[in-house]
Amino acid sequence: MSLRIYAIAYLVFLYAPIVLLPIFAFNDGTIIAFPLSGFTTEWFSQLWVTKALHNAVQNSLFIAAITAVMSTILGICAARAGAMYDFPLKRGILGLIMLPLVLPEIIVAVSLLVVVVQILDLGLSNWTVIAAHVLICTPFSIAILNGAFQNLDPSMEEAAMDLGESRWSAFRLVTLPLVMPGIISSMLISFTISLDEFIIAFFLTGANPTMPVYIWGLLRFPGSLPIVMALGTLLVGLSIILLTIAEILRRRGMARAGVKDKGGFL
Amino acid sequence: MVSPPLIYALLLLAVPMGAIILFSFWTQNFMDVDTTFTLDNYREIITEPIYFALLKRSLFVSGTVTCVTVILAFPVAYFVSFHVPAHRKSLWLFLITIPFWTSYLIRVFLWKVILGYNGVVNTGLINLGIIDEPLTFILYNINAVIITLAHAFAPFAILPIFVALEKIDRSLLEASQDLGESKVATFFRVTLPLSMPGLVAAVLIVFIPTIGDYVTPELMGGAGGKLIANMIQTQFLALNNAPLGAALAIVAMICVTAVSLLFVFLNRHYLRGRS
Repeated sequence: MSLRIYAIAYLVFLYAPIVLLPIFAFNDGTIIAFPLSGFTTEWFSQLWVTKALHNAVQNSLFIAAITAVMSTILGICAARAGAMYDFPLKRGILGLIMLPLVLPEIIVAVSLLVVVVQILDLGLSNWTVIAAHVLICTPFSIAILNGAFQNLDPSMEEAAMDLGESRWSAFRLVTLPLVMPGIISSMLISFTISLDEFIIAFFLTGANPTMPVYIWGLLRFPGSLPIVMALGTLLVGLSIILLTIAEILRRRGMARAGVKDKGGFL
Repeated sequence: MVSPPLIYALLLLAVPMGAIILFSFWTQNFMDVDTTFTLDNYREIITEPIYFALLKRSLFVSGTVTCVTVILAFPVAYFVSFHVPAHRKSLWLFLITIPFWTSYLIRVFLWKVILGYNGVVNTGLINLGIIDEPLTFILYNINAVIITLAHAFAPFAILPIFVALEKIDRSLLEASQDLGESKVATFFRVTLPLSMPGLVAAVLIVFIPTIGDYVTPELMGGAGGKLIANMIQTQFLALNNAPLGAALAIVAMICVTAVSLLFVFLNRHYLRGRS
């Protein structure tokens, strides 16, 4: 019983910051502190007229969408290879691909910065951010897709090929529908990670900042903090919706693949 | 089939890592990079006390965050694995992971709101009559950095421990109690050693990435709470001294790896000593 109370207290600790967001987003005062003054939707309406913010959001959506697709494609390749085939150095290769999961993000950021700017002498742009985001999202894609691919019977694809389908169409007609929920789930998670990622984007972003980089700039000006709260409320709402869809699809995918759900995707 | 992700990881992870190692042996004067091999950057790191102090503080913060996070997380993982009915486990894990996926910057900033002078903690404690003056030791110092990081990395600690606990054969626990061990003794002699792989994974997955965080120390740490990652960031962006930044990044990684390996080794030693 006391363990249950502790676990619930821990959840309160986890949710404490997020719960405060909407409170201050609707608070009619420019200082983010108690006591609250009154109710307002002023900060939300200011979001609609801030041009620089719209550009940042557009950039971030573009980066997140491409990252989601690319990391999921790479994730499919790795998860499929890991689940179905044995090849030399399998552990080492998969370990290298999963490495960004534990690597400090600043290391990924500075090493790519050195290569792009100093060695290749290219400029920074949305694409440099995408390159790094794909790198850090792929391990998450693989972790999610492993669940979908693990119990997939390779003989089903073989059967399709025996019946005259080509290798690609066997994959498309047999495997793909079975792992589709996992694929969408992986895209949603990668999208969410990329949309929120700051540490790497701050180093690699070009002339047009991503949304978190833009927020970072706003945090220095006390006057713009209520707008950040309003923006944060929308973002957290969006993240929760995307994650809920991802979770439902992941479970459906596990059920389709006939795997017993063991819980989280990490 | 594995080649596309492998090529990607080689080109964008292995090659850049090689590049910063190479870079750390060069020097930079404003925009011109001098490619003659030199140990100057490493010499500077060893001789200037500021780098050593930052490194020591960073390792201390990462170590403390790891201990706090893992110790706080273990009972939660234990609760979900042993006391939550099977069909509710996914829901609990989902609830635990959600805060982790929401904007990191905004979460860190909100901790400032919670711990600040007029923050939630202070106004709450004053209204309850527990304190008269706002507490000042909880913002703009190392404590604030530790609290915020412990919050940010909580799911990373819970999930691996949970997975390890799930794998434990429940009949072993019954056997231990049938043989006369108390519940507490069973926990320390059966459950805890069997959950070790998860604990080790949790420690590594919290300890290693926290060394690279510069957002939390920047926002929460105040003047005395800056860490090595802030210095790496400054060298690369503000001071335009990428080679020294690269050398700092490498030294930090070496330290973290060394501590991690030592931990894994001691853990193996401990487990072997038991059996």
